[in-house]
This record gives sequence, C-alpha cells and structure tokens, in this order.
Amino acid sequence: MARALVNVPRQAKRGEVIEIKTLISHPMETGYRHDESGKAVPRDIINRFVCTYNGVEIFRADLFPAIAANPFLSFFTMATETGVIALHWTGDDGQTQTEMANITVA
Amino acid sequence: MTEGIAKGGATRRKFLTGAGAMAAGSTLPVILVRPARATPASMAAAIRDVIGEARVQPGKVKLDLPPIVENGNTVSMTVSVDSPMTEADHVKAIFIFNEKNPQPNIANFHLTPRAGKARVSTRIRLADSQQVVAIAQLSDGSFWSGSIDVIVTLAACVENL
Repeated sequence: MARALVNVPRQAKRGEVIEIKTLISHPMETGYRHDESGKAVPRDIINRFVCTYNGVEIFRADLFPAIAANPFLSFFTMATETGVIALHWTGDDGQTQTEMANITVA
Repeated sequence: MTEGIAKGGATRRKFLTGAGAMAAGSTLPVILVRPARATPASMAAAIRDVIGEARVQPGKVKLDLPPIVENGNTVSMTVSVDSPMTEADHVKAIFIFNEKNPQPNIANFHLTPRAGKARVSTRIRLADSQQVVAIAQLSDGSFWSGSIDVIVTLAACVENL
C-alpha cells in the first residue's frame, strides 16, 4: 500500500506504559474535492487501523475523511511481555498493510 | 368609540402576551434537550447515532488543539481522558466530532485497559472555524465530553486540485 513509519520502543520494563507512534503515506482523498474539469475526485481513505500485541487487539481506530493526509497516530499500551506489536491499516479499496515491531520486555 | 379602541388594545395586548407565552412554551423543551452550546444538527445527529439516548456529562475529557490554525489541512489533535485505565474503570472508546466539515465524524478510537493511559494523538482536517467535540465512553457505560473552539484561517477540504 504505502510506506509506513513505526516507532515502538525496542525494550521496556514489564508494566511500563509505552507510546506507539505511526505514520503511513496515503493521500486520504476525501471525496469532496474536484479536479480541473469539475469532476469529483472519488473518496479513497484508510478507514480502519488496528494494533495487536502478540495477537491481542490493544487499540483500534475508525478513520473518516477528516483525518489529514498521511495519517499519523500515537497511542499508549502497557508492556506486558516480549513479542510482536503489529499494526494493520485497511483502505476503502479493501487493500491492507501490516507492519511489525519487536519488543523485548525485561 | 373610545371604549372600542380600548377594548381592541386590550385584546391585542392579550394576544401578544399569549403569543409570547406560547413561543416561550414551545422553545423551552428544545433548549433543555440541546447541550449548552448550539451545535449544528448534523453533529448532534452523529453524536446521537453513537451514544443513543445516554446522557453526556461534561468533564474528564481534554482536547488539545491549537486555538488558531493557519492551515486546516493538517491540525495536530490530542485527546486525553482522566481515567485510571484499570479492568474495573477504563475508557472503552473516544469519539471525535466536528461541526462544520462536510461530515460530522473525525475518528473513533477503541481502547482497552491495557492502554495504561487514555491518550491518543492524530492530525485532522478542519474546513472552517468551529467547535471540535470529543465524547468518551467509560467501562461503566457513562459518557463524558470535552470540546474546544478552533479558529481556522486556511480551510481544508474545499480547495480544488
């Protein structure tokens, strides 16, 4: 789908609240704009974002056209165990993208 | 003759008083149903879609946006909710709404007690100077709201390619 930046701490103490930051390149076309010939540009946005921690959903977002291009999200989670934090984006066209980050919890 | 005019005046006064009372009577319930601030109908409808008939209490929710925005195409927004985020008492969801964009919804965030901290940041579009409202749903089923007024000098969404 696109280039994504994911910022997850590599290491954390058990029980520590960590911040997960992510940005994905996407135009987030609202469907309310018109091109030079006056034709409406069809809507094309990422409408769903899910973050899982070792397979368990920890955060989910429904996104609307009011989210700026190249959607940025930052949220928190408690570091519970060593494993994989996965981020999934889903677009209007059904396309999905997944990025993974490893975290070591001491 | 004089009596007639006096009578007419009395009737007119009575009529006006009656009409005034009627007007007051008919607008009063509307004022009571609506939140303290007048919000455009579409946002009120979108909020009703999400929360149903539940009562929204002001408080606990803080929206951070710059009060004056130069470019509505990308506006940093942080929403935080005062919550211990425990299994027994946590934020289940945060819904963000706006008054004057083409669509009243901005984003819905779904949280779990594992979040540790009920705070989410993103970047949004604002089509006009307006009020942004955040409503949080807590694990006990209660709804809390916070809002902020933002002045936008360059609007998003309306420009052509």
